[in-house]
Amino acid sequence: MKTIYLDNNATTQVDPAVFEAMKPYFTELYGNPSSMHRFGGQVGIKLKEARASVANLLGCAPEEIIFTSCGSESDNTAIRSALAARPERRHIITTAVEHPAILSLCKFLEKRDGYEVTYLGTDDRGRLDLEEYKAAIRPDTAIVSIMWANNETGNIHPIEEMAKIAKEHDVFFHTDAVQAVGKVDIDLSKVPVDMLSLSGHKLHGPKGVGALFVRKRLPFRPYLIGGHQERSRRAGTENTTGIIALGKACELAREHMKEENTEVKRLRDKLETGLLKAIPDTKLNGDPEHRLPNTTNISFGYVEGEAILLMIDQMGIAASSGSACTSGSLEPSHVLRAMGVPFTFAHGSIRFSLSRFNTEEEIDFVIEILPPIIKNLRKLSPFSADKKAPACTKSFSE
Amino acid sequence: MWEYTDKVKDHFLNPRNVGTLEDADGVGEVGSLACGDALTLYIKVDDEGKISDAKFQTFGCASAIASSSALTEMLIGKTVEEAEKVSNKDIAEYLGGLPREKMHCSVMGQEALEQAIKNMRGEAPSKMEHSHEGELICECFGVFDEEILHAIKENDLKTVEDVTNFTKAGGGCGKCIPDLERLLAEAHGEGVCPTPSSKPAFPAEGMTNIQRMHLIESIIDNDVRPKLQADGGNIELVDIDRDAVVVRFLGMCSGCPSSQATLKNLVETALREKVDPALTVREG
Repeated sequence: MKTIYLDNNATTQVDPAVFEAMKPYFTELYGNPSSMHRFGGQVGIKLKEARASVANLLGCAPEEIIFTSCGSESDNTAIRSALAARPERRHIITTAVEHPAILSLCKFLEKRDGYEVTYLGTDDRGRLDLEEYKAAIRPDTAIVSIMWANNETGNIHPIEEMAKIAKEHDVFFHTDAVQAVGKVDIDLSKVPVDMLSLSGHKLHGPKGVGALFVRKRLPFRPYLIGGHQERSRRAGTENTTGIIALGKACELAREHMKEENTEVKRLRDKLETGLLKAIPDTKLNGDPEHRLPNTTNISFGYVEGEAILLMIDQMGIAASSGSACTSGSLEPSHVLRAMGVPFTFAHGSIRFSLSRFNTEEEIDFVIEILPPIIKNLRKLSPFSADKKAPACTKSFSE
Repeated sequence: MWEYTDKVKDHFLNPRNVGTLEDADGVGEVGSLACGDALTLYIKVDDEGKISDAKFQTFGCASAIASSSALTEMLIGKTVEEAEKVSNKDIAEYLGGLPREKMHCSVMGQEALEQAIKNMRGEAPSKMEHSHEGELICECFGVFDEEILHAIKENDLKTVEDVTNFTKAGGGCGKCIPDLERLLAEAHGEGVCPTPSSKPAFPAEGMTNIQRMHLIESIIDNDVRPKLQADGGNIELVDIDRDAVVVRFLGMCSGCPSSQATLKNLVETALREKVDPALTVREG
């Protein structure tokens, strides 16, 4: 059975060209880029090219890129560096809808090290309030960390404006752009963020490689200490194959950026419109306007997400759910909770995230196959719009 | 993705006995949409006291649907007395096992069965009108003490994590975790009443400072640390300054969202009970 992969915000297929680019560096060209000999040196040259490619995609200078192992390491490095650079500042601003790489770290810093953290809320579409943000900034705010785009809803936040406000208050600004890089145009020569995280496997590169942009002259404190790699800003022998692959992935992302915003978006819109039209009691989660072109998060009322996922999995469709049962936790996604999505819909939310490798036929198949699946699951359910009201109506945000 | 047995998958993909029974003799309704799973079970009993038909409607995950389907298959043909003996363990075994995190689905089946039989006998209203007399322990998932105690005893549950897996209690904000610890202790007979005697008002009364400090160390080493280590965590004693005890969490406990609850309800409670009620514990 062919897999219809619609879970690209979780991870992406490695582009065949990326795979080809990295292959020789496993077998023939395995030198250590830090070595003095030519065998290692030629790998060092490839790392330089990869760094330039990442910088090119982001609109920054190559020396502003630090290679890391993943987005989480980049996020951790950014926040810890900012706190270490200004130890007298004890306040952090982030949002309630961040990735756990940020949220768990902030909660850790609160409990373990006594930092104060402000978690900005969202409205029912997952949008941030700039006035709330401005009001949250304090003289002792060390860093603001706000994701460029949300992984569950695809919402794109007003990063340029928020970064400017942070600058006006002399506060470091970091953005977790793991979902945005390669999908939206980012030009760091114009957007005044201080640090930006990205991850290779979210843009058709391999897992295990990421990068952190650190603006020139920003005080920086390394997280990993050891050798002199990455100009002493991140110790450890470089993941050369991963970095070379990331460079290629960034090069391809630039080439395909227009396609992401036209063809991928068209397919996403077709899927979204098709499902919302064909299935009653459905709801779009997130901001319909300012959203990643590949993401749609739809709630199917009165059915549970894991049941939907397993049913469509039988048909070869891979997607993701914000329902609790898929994650091992018992409550629905913290993003949907923060948005106040009602229980009737929260448990049955499915995220479809597309890529340039999806086809029209695949989308047509999903639009055809999903309505009867939802209908059958609703037949099983004691709840529906016309059966009875939910037994409990307590608020999500409790 | 969860590892489900073939039988779970079969009952999920091809659920048996779906629907309602208009002339049901007993109806049991448990769970709610808010909680993420709910089951309505209908049973029909013939003149000989045997369950002649059973149907269900379930809102929930694959385990919940499969557990409900399995339950109806198990019930049909049994006498009511036999059905009463069906436990959540029987449902899970019938399915070839459930992931431990999903055991609450089988518990939901058992509870719906109990409700249906009570409803049949006119002993209790169905869930919608049912009001518990017990104490609401988990506000997030609406779980009462009686359900928790029943699950602990029925399944010999030992840890809070077990209780959450079987009842969902504690799986939300975590505020009820101390209550779950209390119920676990109660169910295992650890809630011992104090015996009147001529003992001092509290264990450390009359001790020298050194003796008191040694007692605190001993309680942390023997009573607190093993519990934390069981969950991959640890604790170290940092300082004792008169009535203030300063500790540091290590391992899994150091980043745990429930560490403040652990601090107050495990560490501080133990030290207050076994050393001095005036003690306060904080991280440092």
